[in-house]
Amino acid sequence: MNLQRIRTVIAKEWAEVFKNKLVLFTVGFLPLVFTALPLGILYATRGDPEQMASEMSDLPAQFMALCGDISASECMQVFILNQFLLLFMMMPLIIPISIAAYSIVGEKTTHSLEPLLATPISTVELLTAKSLAAAIPAVLATWLGFAIFVVGAPLVSTGPSVLRYILGPMWLLAVFGLGPLMAIMAVNFAIMVSSRVTDPRVAEQMAAVIIVPLLAIMFAQIGGLLVLNLTFMLIAAVVLLVADAALIVVGARLFQRETILTKWK
Amino acid sequence: MIHAEQLSKTFGDGPNAITAVDRLSLDVAEGEVFGFLGPNGAGKTTTVRMLTTLIGPSGGRATVNGLTLGRDDAAIRQSVGVLTETPGLYDRLSAERNLTIYARLYDVADVPGQVRKYLQMLGLWERRQDEAGSFSKGMRQKLALARALLHEPRVLFLDEPTSALDPEAAKLVRDFIEELRGAGRTIFMCTHNLDEADRLCDRIGIFKTRLIMVDSPANIRQQLYGRRVVVHLAQAAEGLAAEARALPFVKEVQAVDNKLVVTLDDPEANDPALVRRLVEAGAAIQFVGELRHSLEDVYLRLIEAQG
Repeated sequence: MNLQRIRTVIAKEWAEVFKNKLVLFTVGFLPLVFTALPLGILYATRGDPEQMASEMSDLPAQFMALCGDISASECMQVFILNQFLLLFMMMPLIIPISIAAYSIVGEKTTHSLEPLLATPISTVELLTAKSLAAAIPAVLATWLGFAIFVVGAPLVSTGPSVLRYILGPMWLLAVFGLGPLMAIMAVNFAIMVSSRVTDPRVAEQMAAVIIVPLLAIMFAQIGGLLVLNLTFMLIAAVVLLVADAALIVVGARLFQRETILTKWK
Repeated sequence: MIHAEQLSKTFGDGPNAITAVDRLSLDVAEGEVFGFLGPNGAGKTTTVRMLTTLIGPSGGRATVNGLTLGRDDAAIRQSVGVLTETPGLYDRLSAERNLTIYARLYDVADVPGQVRKYLQMLGLWERRQDEAGSFSKGMRQKLALARALLHEPRVLFLDEPTSALDPEAAKLVRDFIEELRGAGRTIFMCTHNLDEADRLCDRIGIFKTRLIMVDSPANIRQQLYGRRVVVHLAQAAEGLAAEARALPFVKEVQAVDNKLVVTLDDPEANDPALVRRLVEAGAAIQFVGELRHSLEDVYLRLIEAQG
């Protein structure tokens, strides 16, 4: 692995793709919205503790057990936040799709892949560089959003237990463990889709189906069918690891010089 | 410098298989400019892609710069420069940035120095900060050519270097190729432009899935048509044709109006004797020239013969 070549391609990708306003919007605006939304909800639900305590009876029993000895209003806020945890998991899925779609389909339409493939760079180096170029901004934007959320949450929540919960193992595993795994999955999925289409917007839309399982989890949780907890996150991490390994193998096969030049549409 | 032996490429399997390159064998010597001519879909780009290790051959073997295809692929890519059919520039990046990226990918030691050298050499230095997307077609082609040269490759593959360029831009690119030839680089050039091939190439290969003929343009003409001398006369030529036919080195004579078209092997040696014989026979010769078939005639004759 030649690190200079990987760094060069990453720098090239960022220099090019971040001149695209749509990509810039996705990378910049999405984390802002996804961070502001839970903070706003926290602020909006910091009202009457008695009323919140009365609404506690509506919470799923499994979730009540998670609250332990924290106050009713804090437990209510923690429950609401649990719905928004999925937003932080959605960011590393959506952002890389946008970057990878514009990067790969863009190179196809401008025919700039062939001269790049004619250089001594290996296909593994090129795939690594393209994957990192799409995944790093997504992961960093997610982490930055989470950092802002952690700083802002104590200011708008009802008590310190909310922050303790956010900084607990489940949230940390979701943001710092599952986040990068999801970004890798999204990148490889976007590469697969991008190899078959010639319009970056189509690639982006097709690759976006990858968020469907996450939406299903979100709705299952809202419907009380599922409660996100540490065990769930650990299982999800293992599933993602396996899925990533499989997608990397498929992505690497698609990213061979001959395949790109003769089979990509 | 380039050696191919029975090099083949087939796409697909079974009854749907398409042979793009069929048992190509050729040698290109160091410092030679080799023109690879053929119609669209003949397999020229596939050949270049194989020789630059972008795609693998289905059969045969080849070496480029002494390195073996399939075994030394990364080293081959490091040692050759490639100008692809379309420039494939990063349109949103400046000309300088475009070249800097490639200089780093080729592990060039003095990146700013080499970038400057080629931007200046190709007259793009003043526009180095401009986005490549704002360049004219000619400037884009020059930038792509600079990109192919940054690492000082000994072998250059140029795929249609002047296609889609206006005559002025095409001339600029051709002049630069002449300079490269003067610098002793080996150039393998795919082209449709027969006039360009005639002027630039030491040898040409006429190709349509298979290599039909390889030689210098002059030798190919001679092989196909022989060498023909035209004697322009002040009188009708018919009566003088027999005089010319009587000479032992003359192969064929045609009289057309007041011109004699004489086919012979060595005009430089035989023309004086021919002129002397005709003058002795009473010919009033205005001037003597050589009838030169265009490379287009040669090309079309060979390609049509292939069906």
